[in-house]
Amino acid sequence: MNFPLENPGILVLVLVGVLFGYFIEAAGLSSPRKLTAQFALRDWTVFRVMFVAIVVAAIGLWLFDVAGWLRFDALKIPTMFFWAMALGGALLGAGMAIGGYCPGTSVVGLFAGRLDALFFMLGMMLGMMVFAVSYDSLQPIYTTGKGPAGQTLAGLTGLPTWLWLLVLAGMAWGGFRLGTWFESRRGGKISAKDLAGSGN
Amino acid sequence: MTERKPRDFFPPLAAGVGLGLTLMGMFLFTGHGLGASGFFTNVLAWLGTLAAPDWTEMNSYLGNYLGATHPLNSWLSWELAGAAIGGLAGSLIAGRFRFKIERGPHTSAGARMGFAVGGGVLSGFGASLAGGCTSSLGLSGGAVLAVASFVFLIAFFAAGLLVAALTGRIWQ
Repeated sequence: MNFPLENPGILVLVLVGVLFGYFIEAAGLSSPRKLTAQFALRDWTVFRVMFVAIVVAAIGLWLFDVAGWLRFDALKIPTMFFWAMALGGALLGAGMAIGGYCPGTSVVGLFAGRLDALFFMLGMMLGMMVFAVSYDSLQPIYTTGKGPAGQTLAGLTGLPTWLWLLVLAGMAWGGFRLGTWFESRRGGKISAKDLAGSGN
Repeated sequence: MTERKPRDFFPPLAAGVGLGLTLMGMFLFTGHGLGASGFFTNVLAWLGTLAAPDWTEMNSYLGNYLGATHPLNSWLSWELAGAAIGGLAGSLIAGRFRFKIERGPHTSAGARMGFAVGGGVLSGFGASLAGGCTSSLGLSGGAVLAVASFVFLIAFFAAGLLVAALTGRIWQ
């Protein structure tokens, strides 16, 4: 085996996309009320699903790497631009708190019947247009704080990958416990039945 | 359809494992993870070539997105077409599909549209600035343990908490 395969074809992309959309919807993350309930600390589904997905995928890729079936160097690993990542991440967090979605969940939300997602998409394109117009003058911001190309936590700290996987799994477990504690005090998880009304 | 009782969501652990295996599969097949925001940049650049071709080509940001000439030539379009199918089929099967404008109990439908556009503007600008979104930088970068992704995720959750504390009545 020699992963990644590089040129998978359209069918594979569509199939992976189907699973992506399916699990987002099945988790309830196409609902802006459920997504924003994370930031009110009432419903920790966003944190739980994201953190579990990251840990599962990271352990899986590590196992493939250790077995010698994967060229880890060929994977796309984002390079750090500190201010771009910090400010961009903060704006996406603020955008979700106000607008109710992130780019991916807005697509799934629209196809689960939510018309507000269309307005979010329109806003996104406007925001990208503003960025395109101001691209040259913003350059000092998004080019500063550049880290080494494709640096990983293991590369940054010199600690082995398996140790980081253990740390992340431990943090996920702690987050689950903390989430349960908050959920029992802030109204609890939003269920599919809570969302079944036409407006809510 | 609206009469059907909705089936409740998967437990977060099960949905997270499913999403994680999907993400791993994408890496194994393509070498990159899942994404979303780049699709909207592709569409914007494509619309730009229709409305103002010279300006779009000259623009130092959108000019970078013209290589594929049409959004359909990008893997993102096929992946998101799949995501749309998955979301539609999943919500229909589980009886959760509803045509609606989802909003908080104290927010009117009109105000909700305004907040959706406003939040979208912040998200679009933020995704362009970071060079990715919650899918590509948060999930996918996280799965390869990229330092950049953890900076992104911490900023995402911190700002979300802060802004929600100030604007909580929109949703709660």
